[in-house]
Amino acid sequence: MSGMRIAVIAGGRTPERDVSIRGGHRVTASLIALGHDAWLVDPADVKLVEALRERTPDLCWLALHGKEGEDGTIQRLLDLLKISYTGTPAFDCELAFDKVLAKDVLRRAGVPTPDWVVIEGWALRDLGAGAALSTALERIGLPCVVKPSRSGSALGMSAVEREADLAGAVMGALSFSGAAIVERMIRGTEIAAGFVGTAMEALPLVEIVPKGGVYDYGARYTAGATEYFVPARLDAGVAETVRQATREAIEALGMHGVGRVDVLVTAEGAPSVLEANVSPGMTETSLLPMAAQAAGMSFEQLCDHIIRADHLR
Amino acid sequence: MAEFSIDRFVDSYARRAAGMTASEVRALFAVAARPDVISLAGGMPFVQALPSSEVIAVATEVLTDMGDTALQYGDGQGTPALRERLAMLMAEEGVIADPEGVVVTTGAQQALDLIGKIFIDPGDLIAVEAPAYVGALTAFGAYEPRYLPIELDDDGMIVEQLEQALVRGERPKFVYTVPNFGNPAGVTMSYDRRRQLVTLCREAGIPIIEDNPYGLLRFEGEPVPCLRSLDPDNVIYLGTVSKTFSPGVRVGWALAEPSVVQRLILAKEAADLCGSSLNMLLTERWFSDETRWRGTLNGLVDAYRSRRDAMLGALDEHLPDGALWTHPQGGFYVWVTMPEWLDAKALLAAAVERRVAYVPGTAFYPDGRGTNKLRLAFCYPTEERIHEGVSRLGALLREEEQLYRSLQG
Repeated sequence: MSGMRIAVIAGGRTPERDVSIRGGHRVTASLIALGHDAWLVDPADVKLVEALRERTPDLCWLALHGKEGEDGTIQRLLDLLKISYTGTPAFDCELAFDKVLAKDVLRRAGVPTPDWVVIEGWALRDLGAGAALSTALERIGLPCVVKPSRSGSALGMSAVEREADLAGAVMGALSFSGAAIVERMIRGTEIAAGFVGTAMEALPLVEIVPKGGVYDYGARYTAGATEYFVPARLDAGVAETVRQATREAIEALGMHGVGRVDVLVTAEGAPSVLEANVSPGMTETSLLPMAAQAAGMSFEQLCDHIIRADHLR
Repeated sequence: MAEFSIDRFVDSYARRAAGMTASEVRALFAVAARPDVISLAGGMPFVQALPSSEVIAVATEVLTDMGDTALQYGDGQGTPALRERLAMLMAEEGVIADPEGVVVTTGAQQALDLIGKIFIDPGDLIAVEAPAYVGALTAFGAYEPRYLPIELDDDGMIVEQLEQALVRGERPKFVYTVPNFGNPAGVTMSYDRRRQLVTLCREAGIPIIEDNPYGLLRFEGEPVPCLRSLDPDNVIYLGTVSKTFSPGVRVGWALAEPSVVQRLILAKEAADLCGSSLNMLLTERWFSDETRWRGTLNGLVDAYRSRRDAMLGALDEHLPDGALWTHPQGGFYVWVTMPEWLDAKALLAAAVERRVAYVPGTAFYPDGRGTNKLRLAFCYPTEERIHEGVSRLGALLREEEQLYRSLQG
């Protein structure tokens, strides 16, 4: 599988632009080292369709994050252009990326996920849904977590301890997305479960211990702000239930090729799936490459594996 | 089992590096820097207004006539000829300066760092305006001070607040202020307040750091005397050519008493030995031709005035009721205050999505205040872009207000 022409799509116009470019450069360098003809394309810099017609790739590596890159938009465009790409197909991307949809899919599939309520921006504006906010809170309870339905890297997410702070948190989340999720706060160990290829090809579980207590944007992208343990310090039995929940989530959401599922494990050992990422970070501080490394897989081998997975789809 | 450390030096860093972290706002600014986003965020001077052929001629002249000096290490204090020119620039604003009292720095920003270095021990109290220039907060912040924030009104720093703090027994190491068209608030300290401040600080024996990057960018009204000219002994004055010529040459300076000058020079030499000889010579030459530099400065003032007018007009037209903003008589910035419910930091993502950017107010306070404030810069975008940007922002703020009302049930 050498000598392919691969366009690495990275950058874009989302707040994760910088993260995407950092990962994209890293991937491009590795693909070149693997003997491919790889180049980086930033859709914020060039007209993507023209760029892909000009220098026709055999494969697009999707290193974009957030809307545009993970919500199925670019995947649909590439389907139309008949260019194959890494990772999950368009419709499944849409499911996984939108927490409003993803959480329903998970619940229907019997995958544990914290109870939640959806607050739609338009329903607030046009239907007076603000009046139902207290009802939402009665169901979810305090403390709770408020997050945008469609955003990555914990952007726009906040923990709410007091009822008075809920409205502000919802407004903050709605700045990133048309809908907000108010989710029950589960206290426990944060775990990132990555896979390459299919759901059966799990990477070691990564345990996340943010030094500031919260795994927010700063804790994710400041080297040293978070401690990681690989494999996670879980009992073998608990680790297996986490892997089981992860597999079910990956299958329910139709994720393929590469992905990461974020899970919380309570003190009793019960896993709860928070979200799934179809385009996990590839920077030096990212979880998936870390897990791969713990499994004895170099970054280049990881890249190679992801490309091969595309052909098995 | 392995503990993965992404940064193997993590336990080695100094405490002062603790605040140097990734942030959502920085991530959003990476998108805001795209050309399709109208950025009202950055305070970038309008360097396109500089006569480039003249700059090229001056640079060529410097390299032709003084190449050996220009490419060599220079004087830690800055070349004597440049310090004379800078004294001349200060005289424009009524500050009488002995060139021996001038220390040339890499932008006034380095002067802030050096001031922090020679005055602040960890835990020391320093008085700053609230809001204050964010670059001063980050420069001082590295020396781990505690802050005494003094609020501003339309007449600048509310000196009574400082007075009350002194009565309470607080004793700041110095008072930092940008008295002319301050960043971010755009307000100018009134003459009475200046008198009040210098008197209070003189009596208390507390030095004042007067940072004056924008003083020569006055669009209207009469200049107010500099603090330094009101009390030369107790005021350390900072200047820069970033706004009158070019920020790219990185030439700023401090004017101070001999004892402070000596320490500043030693601190400067410890930091970088000396400034760029090439840039110092270039700057000195630029300001040697009075017609040239005055003509350029007048052109800049005219351009900034038109842009300020464009912004004030657009704000009148597009901002919702309840929004308040300052009317700067010079400088780069307008400071917008929204009702308390607005979280400007949270809204930035939606703003960038609408292709407009600003700086959320919290950046300018050491204590988390300013959530409902926005700094808008009119210095860089064209008048047309300013109109469009403010119109986008206005629409967003209206929707946010509607959202807020609906959340109140």
